Amino acid sequence: MLSQPNGRGDPGKQTPGLPPEIRKDGEPGWAGGLRKLYNSVVEEPLPDSFKDLLKKLDDDGDA
Amino acid sequence: MPDRISPSAADEGFRKELLTVLPHLRAFARGLSGRADFADDLVQEAAIKAWTARERYQAGTNMRAWTFAILRNHYLSELRRSKRQTDVDEGVLEKMLVMDADQEGPLHLDDMEAALQKLAPERREAVLLVGASGFSYEEAAEIAGCPIGTMKSRVARARADLARMLDGEVDDALDIKARKAG
Repeated sequence: MLSQPNGRGDPGKQTPGLPPEIRKDGEPGWAGGLRKLYNSVVEEPLPDSFKDLLKKLDDDGDA
Repeated sequence: MPDRISPSAADEGFRKELLTVLPHLRAFARGLSGRADFADDLVQEAAIKAWTARERYQAGTNMRAWTFAILRNHYLSELRRSKRQTDVDEGVLEKMLVMDADQEGPLHLDDMEAALQKLAPERREAVLLVGASGFSYEEAAEIAGCPIGTMKSRVARARADLARMLDGEVDDALDIKARKAG
């Protein structure tokens, strides 16, 4: 038997990691977290700082 | 210099392909460096390099892998060029980790990001390429310029590190909270 929480607010048996909905079959929670982190950047619109780059590509392409 | 060059269809195709990979390059650079503004600078510089070298790109091959390799090499040379910056980063990173220990909830993306930045650089790169960007081991090995076996072992080690850190980090965070509460 596991001992009881020691009165310091021990949360007991909590599953570490991401919430269940992110877990896929047999995949650790953090693996979904990694992709989520990556995709969160992929889905961001390009910031304004990219305007110059896009303009340069346009200009060079049309020169 | 000729004053009039009509844009070739190849250039136009290249430009379109390059634009579609920019968001992926941003995500990769952000994961590698852990800093949004630095990452965006890297991406823009890598995109210019790619554009300048476009004649060396074979249409129909993997634009994503090609540009990732350019970005990665550029990142490494920037790191070498400014060693001092990496010292500052360690301080920032430490702060982030302390903040993470106090966070609520099971696992935030911030935890993930902090754990990623704690990995050895070659393992971070490996798990970003294979685990996040979805490259095959073979493609990832080519991007990183290492044998495929090396790439596989880097990914495996990165996964083990992340699993240990993220599980451990949650326990630590709960422990700290418990101590504060008690």
